[in-house]
Amino acid sequence: MGLPLEQDNDGTEKDLNVVTKEKLTQRSFKSNVLDYVMEKVFLVFGFIAVFVLFLILFFLVREGSGALREVGIVEYLTGIRWYPSSPQEAGYGALPFIMSSVMVTLGALIIAIPWGIFTAIFIAEIAPRRVREILKPAVEILAIFPSVILGFIALVILSPIIAHLFNLSNGLTALTASLILSVMALPTIISIAEDSLKSVPKDYREAAYALGASRWETIKMITAPAAKSGIMAGVMLGFGRAVGETMTVLMAAGNAIDMPLREFFGIVVPDFLTSVRTLTANIAIEGSDVSWGSLHYSSLFVLALILFVITFIVNMVADYLINKQRRKLGNE
Amino acid sequence: MNKKKMRTEKIWFSIMGFFAAMTVVALGLLLFSIIREGASVLSWSFITEAPRRNMTEGGIWPALVGTFYVSSLTVMISVPVGIGAAIYLNEYASQGPIVRLIRLSIRNLAGVPSIVYGLFGLGIFASFLQIGVGLITAAITLAIMVLPWVITASEEALKAVPTSFREGGLALGATKWQTIRQLVLPSAIPGMMTGSILGLARAAGETAPIILTGAAYYSRNLPTELTDSFMALPYHLYILATQHAQASAVRPIAYGTALVLIILVILLNLTAIIIRNRFRRRNEAL
Repeated sequence: MGLPLEQDNDGTEKDLNVVTKEKLTQRSFKSNVLDYVMEKVFLVFGFIAVFVLFLILFFLVREGSGALREVGIVEYLTGIRWYPSSPQEAGYGALPFIMSSVMVTLGALIIAIPWGIFTAIFIAEIAPRRVREILKPAVEILAIFPSVILGFIALVILSPIIAHLFNLSNGLTALTASLILSVMALPTIISIAEDSLKSVPKDYREAAYALGASRWETIKMITAPAAKSGIMAGVMLGFGRAVGETMTVLMAAGNAIDMPLREFFGIVVPDFLTSVRTLTANIAIEGSDVSWGSLHYSSLFVLALILFVITFIVNMVADYLINKQRRKLGNE
Repeated sequence: MNKKKMRTEKIWFSIMGFFAAMTVVALGLLLFSIIREGASVLSWSFITEAPRRNMTEGGIWPALVGTFYVSSLTVMISVPVGIGAAIYLNEYASQGPIVRLIRLSIRNLAGVPSIVYGLFGLGIFASFLQIGVGLITAAITLAIMVLPWVITASEEALKAVPTSFREGGLALGATKWQTIRQLVLPSAIPGMMTGSILGLARAAGETAPIILTGAAYYSRNLPTELTDSFMALPYHLYILATQHAQASAVRPIAYGTALVLIILVILLNLTAIIIRNRFRRRNEAL
């Protein structure tokens, strides 16, 4: 479609600019309408994500509100008796689940944080290209490992080892779950920390080398500190991934409902060698055969709401950290 | 560099190398144990036969088909929506509060635990809308779950299309939509396919959401209706490993299922990576 240069209806020749403008607006009236419509259509698609997120939140609150009214949020957050279907003395204390989730997740992070950060530094700063070409796909394959397979391996291989090592009759413990969860959180921490290290400008490193710093000194004093916010974001997202993980903990942690604590010389400490049931595992176990609309059903939505709030906060903090890093490296 | 500095550096680099090596070792151990135990079970009849004798014999055919059904449906729902959202974000939206809100929602959706999606799906589709549990409920639930990944991957594909394509289209007097449809989308499609396949792989490996929304412990027939419950590989593995009365007797079958599942997921990802690389090379050539 070339530019129109033609005679008007009355035969007079018009200024090229005017003709062009008129022709363009004439020709594209229909396409302009379509253009406008399509923009709005895509806007709707864009808003679906927002809509779904609010729908989830709305639905968790809606379905959980019955239980929240009847039982009260305080009972859920502090009670330790969970007998949601007992006709005589029903109990709705979710503290054992919350404690178990937090404990198993922190246990996983204690392993995954040094493991992940060191691996990320190694990949981003140290490894020669050929080694990196082995490490990066390995991390990617770990990231796509279906969680049910990791749970299965924890169940059939890891738990007998744990049972043997600690002389337990049953190896399905919080420790077993933490170990396998650390493998799950690892790819998240590595990939985000690595991205963050890569985003540190080359000048930083070159300036350090120019001042006579060794490669290790440069990493320790320049690169890693500059990437700190991003690395922390990776850790937060790793936490979110681990706290929300279901299949591995469901298969590896044993699922007994109890406070995972024991007394140790008069001090109460978390007991990693006991069977635990996390928030996610409890929803999976009880959700499939609970009767819809019951107080028990509603209680499960309260548990989901607690999980939703935890992961929401974790995401916001990670978001803030990533933006902070971007601002910092962008401005300097 | 003095000797002490060199020694310190050497020690630290070794420590980090050790941790990096552990990552590969962990993966190696996982793959090795599954392949060693699973390979002996794997056969043509294992893949094409239905389970027999309370799942202690026979194969995994219905679970394989169920996984194929539910993940295909998931992709059919999530990909159009995901591509649409990506087009808005990359082509139309200008930075502002609306876009920030959308992006924030996408990132938060990616962080919502899978079991929460499962309970949400059960609550809204099965119980509130009275669809019941089955293929379609599970597929919509999974589709919502993979949506953030599909959007992100589609956006990457759109970003890789050179700006000159758009400028060229607009300079010729085409409207924005004409430019997108005829110039931008055709070159972004391979990248979008990558995102779709990755979504497919994720849906195929997920267990937690389908436990609550339609996976069956054992079903004699393949699903024929959208509301039928279905067998799926990951759920089958979970059942064999933890819920079966003779858990140790069916262990070989469980290993075989795990092996088929991991091969399936790795193959899908590999396909996606190959398409992505070919696409990237083509765009770099432009």
